[in-house]
Amino acid sequence: MTSKPSMLYRISGGRFGRPPAKPETGCPGGCGCARAVAGGSGIQQTTTRRNFLRRNFLGFVGVGMAGFAATLAGIPIIGALFSTPARSEQIWHVVGEVDDFPVDETVKVEFVDVEAVPWSGPAARNAAWLRRTDEESFIAFSVYCTHVGCPVSWRAGASLFICPCHGGVFDREGEVVAGPPQSPLVRLDVRVQDGDVQILASPVPVTGERPS
Amino acid sequence: MNQLRRPIEFVKDRLGFETLIKPLDHNAPPETTEGKSQWAYIFGFGILFSFLLQITTGIVLATNYVPSPESAYESVEFITYEVRFGDTIRAMHWIGASAMVILVLIHAMRVFLTASYKYPREFNWISGVVLLYLTFGMALSGQLLRWDQDGVWTVMVAANFAGRVPFVGEHIAQFVLAGETVSGSTLTQTYALHVFILPIAMVLLIGLHLFLVTYHGISELPKAGKPVNPETYKQEYEEYVEKHQRPYWPQGIWNELFFGGLVVTIIVSLAFFLGPRDLAASPDLTDLDSQPQPDWFIVWYYALISIKPHGYEEVFLVYLPLGFFLFLLILPLIAGKGERHPSKRPFAILGLSVVAGLFIMLTVVGLRAPWVPDYETEPLQAEQLGTQDERILEGARVFHERGCQYCHQVHREGGEWGPDLTEVSTRMGSEQIAVRIVQGIGNMPAYQDILTTEEVDLLVEFLNEVDELGPRADE
Repeated sequence: MTSKPSMLYRISGGRFGRPPAKPETGCPGGCGCARAVAGGSGIQQTTTRRNFLRRNFLGFVGVGMAGFAATLAGIPIIGALFSTPARSEQIWHVVGEVDDFPVDETVKVEFVDVEAVPWSGPAARNAAWLRRTDEESFIAFSVYCTHVGCPVSWRAGASLFICPCHGGVFDREGEVVAGPPQSPLVRLDVRVQDGDVQILASPVPVTGERPS
Repeated sequence: MNQLRRPIEFVKDRLGFETLIKPLDHNAPPETTEGKSQWAYIFGFGILFSFLLQITTGIVLATNYVPSPESAYESVEFITYEVRFGDTIRAMHWIGASAMVILVLIHAMRVFLTASYKYPREFNWISGVVLLYLTFGMALSGQLLRWDQDGVWTVMVAANFAGRVPFVGEHIAQFVLAGETVSGSTLTQTYALHVFILPIAMVLLIGLHLFLVTYHGISELPKAGKPVNPETYKQEYEEYVEKHQRPYWPQGIWNELFFGGLVVTIIVSLAFFLGPRDLAASPDLTDLDSQPQPDWFIVWYYALISIKPHGYEEVFLVYLPLGFFLFLLILPLIAGKGERHPSKRPFAILGLSVVAGLFIMLTVVGLRAPWVPDYETEPLQAEQLGTQDERILEGARVFHERGCQYCHQVHREGGEWGPDLTEVSTRMGSEQIAVRIVQGIGNMPAYQDILTTEEVDLLVEFLNEVDELGPRADE
């Protein structure tokens, strides 16, 4: 059985790197030795330098071209990958007629998301919590818990919004009464126009970033 | 015999077999290839095998999966119920993912325990840490691709987390959602991430990781009192493996192949008998009664942010995970030399025990999730309480209807977040109970504006008596 290649060979980069450099006979000075061998010959000296310059120049050309190409290809690739749709305009969604909503009752209303595309399927629909406070005024809440964004559920009996994920609890005014959330439920703008109740919904109030 | 050898020799010669396996053909520390200690060095292969299995089952799933928000859920149903062996394939992908997460964590713990990340293997560790996070990225994005109620809310929660990162949070959140809300592009972008971007990154990094393992050699078992000294380490390591002449190929690889095979066997068997993770309801962002359940590998984090002390939101949601991530990345750069043996690194071992202990503890707590209100709980009935007293029964009804029972148990019925109130009358007087209900305390909301005085009275009477009564089942 032949002995295994030594670690020295491996450490010197032998296995994956370049083979060990050939010892340069009588010429330990590397590049400078060309001059030494050439002696007084000025022609050879300039040739060597020109070779050196040309190698470097070609190296620059090669790396430069590759870098240029990568940048050129990269602009549309990175651009498309990180494109977010132009900030969608907030739209007033009609969620029902005023008389559909009994006073003092918190109800769920649904609307179609502004970013919906024809293939959005179930992702196109969003919801909000709405309460009619008196004859003409309404108050609406985003359904996303201000902790990490789970859906809060209105429990009419307890008269509380409860989040199932980490036990956040809000009262009917959206104020935190228990659990980890630190800010009240995000309020959505509501208006009444021509007998219709309309909600101005921003899609996802990313926590802590978008005060209403 | 000669007849058989000739074609084998032909293939070996033409394939350049000797050179092909050359990276494996070197001497390794003897303790990594024989004896009991060789079994500490098998986990990487387990990960590799389960990764290959994930790629294979993933490709099979992709032949039927439709990455469109309209149809994804139905196509997963189709795979589960119509495709031959479809449910088994889904189960293999799900259990394989779980196995990979577990093995990656064990592998990382082993490497930390033996401090194999020190000189000259810093980049072995760093590439491994990135692979660890990519594994979690795969697990999370895979969860979304199920496109059921749990999956859809996962991305919403993920975006909310991202949104908390200072300065760039909103941009990351928009990237995660591929827009400003869960929409048409959310699923397709996550699909591209899960199927192309992350796996390609992983394949490249696994290549680098394996190259580095063969380049620097497998790390020897640490010896107490023999710290890593960059001046002499390579020399000593080389002398050590040369002295013992234990080639890695093929003596050192059999137990790793065995373990890899065992991992795959277990995954397939479990898949066969357990089946895939149940699909939650079809996705509906307007179904606000849903209780999204994260997959188990992220449950520990859910638990952490639920039971953490009040306040310190940003610390727990952003800085702690981010800090931990960076700490793991730069660990070999700040602790690249010195003692490797666990007995000489008490603080490192203490830290590891705390992190591992917390992970397991939080996962167990998180799977029970006592903070989740119990909406399903039923009101206690007359026959259960064994009484016909009108006021007591009315109290029991109020206790259920007003949501007390979401969080409080009486006679084992109800949620677990608040204290069990079966024996509350032995701890508090009527007055105290009434004040507690009306004013609340800690995580108990104040019911002042919610309950009528009459209802409070009914509740107090019910809670005073309920200890004496009992469900029939107990009799």
